[in-house]
Amino acid sequence: MISFSQVRKSYRGGHEALAELSFSIETGELVFITGRSGAGKSTLLKLIPAIERPTSGTVLVNGQNIGSMRRPAIPYLRRNLGLIFQDQKLLYDRSAFDNVMLPLAFTGHAHKDAARRVRAALDKVGLLAREKANPITLSGGEQQRLCIARAVVNRPSILLADEPTASLDSASAAEVMEMFRSFNQVGVTVLIATHDEALVQRLNPRVLVLKQGRLAS
Amino acid sequence: MITWLRQHRRTFGLTLTRLAGNPLATLLNVMVIGVALALPLGGYLLLQNLGSVTRQLTGNPQVSLFLAPEAGKADIAALEARLKQIPGVRAARFIPREQALEGLKRSENTADVIATLQVNPLPDAFVLETGGSAAELERLEPELKALPKIAHVQFDSAWVKRLETLIELSRTAVLILATLLAFGLIAVTFNTIRLQILTQKDEIEVSKLIGATDAFIRRPFFHLGLIQGALGGLAALAIVYLCRLILNRSILALAQLYGSDFRLGFFGFSDCLALLVFAAFLGWLGAYMSVSRHLADIEPK
Repeated sequence: MISFSQVRKSYRGGHEALAELSFSIETGELVFITGRSGAGKSTLLKLIPAIERPTSGTVLVNGQNIGSMRRPAIPYLRRNLGLIFQDQKLLYDRSAFDNVMLPLAFTGHAHKDAARRVRAALDKVGLLAREKANPITLSGGEQQRLCIARAVVNRPSILLADEPTASLDSASAAEVMEMFRSFNQVGVTVLIATHDEALVQRLNPRVLVLKQGRLAS
Repeated sequence: MITWLRQHRRTFGLTLTRLAGNPLATLLNVMVIGVALALPLGGYLLLQNLGSVTRQLTGNPQVSLFLAPEAGKADIAALEARLKQIPGVRAARFIPREQALEGLKRSENTADVIATLQVNPLPDAFVLETGGSAAELERLEPELKALPKIAHVQFDSAWVKRLETLIELSRTAVLILATLLAFGLIAVTFNTIRLQILTQKDEIEVSKLIGATDAFIRRPFFHLGLIQGALGGLAALAIVYLCRLILNRSILALAQLYGSDFRLGFFGFSDCLALLVFAAFLGWLGAYMSVSRHLADIEPK
């Protein structure tokens, strides 16, 4: 499903974020990527939706080579991925409902069908009652859940989350993690980057530990 | 195809809502475009009206043929017969020299001078009614001059020709003005769209992250440019129409002094439509250039 082989990523200026990275993740796995800040967790996650391209090596996602993917094909790759960001990237000029509606705006769903899917996604993250609220009025945990609702509304086969619990208290963080586990249980491949070791140990999943851009086992 | 149409309709509605949501900025932009378009448009309207006036004036250009003093009655009859055969000459009216003198005597300005004359210095003359343009008259000229017993041929179309040339010149000036202001319109739209792109930076970035195609992201900006251009065109028509109403009041007062009921006409429906389409196109073009230039700058990091 996702496979990295000999992946190297260096940024302009010579900083090497990833070096000789090889691993693969099967469909339906729940995998954590841990490591200290600057170990390359975010870079690794950015390679999968082609936000960044590998400097060398091969990144395969659903059989597609990210390194050689042409620009017009990228949106269609991303529609099959659910992205969850540390800073949520919610839009504060519209309601929670409309935020979740965003990914369905360009897939050509009829409005009624789309609205039903949005409500289902909001229900799954426990925000159905707040659908008319502006995201700015939601708590940190609620905002993160809203971001998750937006990521799953398109029913992606892969969920990618970059430090989803970084700004949350431990109760909200546990809630969010529980949500990821329930998505994983219905067959979604989930990849989470975090530095919260305690949270990881509780779920006992497969863990990739990054150290200076390399896998440390 | 249905999806595509549905998305366009949705985008169009969204763009209208967005424009209505910021009425002051919308109004200012539309006014800037409107005024810019109104200048050449007003000039064009004036020229169109002037053109129709000169056409009326030149509808029956007259030519005066002054006969040589030695021309006798037989010559005059022969000339009259020949004139009537020349194509382009509609009517030939003979004015004997006595009648011409009587006319001058009746005129207040010249009566005193005429009274001092011992002999009648005026020649016999023909006044020809012709139909057709200044160009046609020019063709007639050598033919008329070649007629026997003719001392002088006088065209009263010279000033009409001058006026026509002047109008032609003004038309070129209006065209240059229109071209310059069309660039202005493109620039205005370019800038508006740039600002709009900056305002929606977050939305664009998120949209790219969750799989929106470039076409989808561009679409609302094209709509915005198109609608803004068309609204600007509408504003220009309204401005010119209002100016015309105001001007017509003064023009009518002036025209009445000359015993005319002349007033400025307005564009026909197809002209108005053409202007709106043109303005909308310029708006779209500005948006296209702006989007091509600025949208690529916003890439998720």
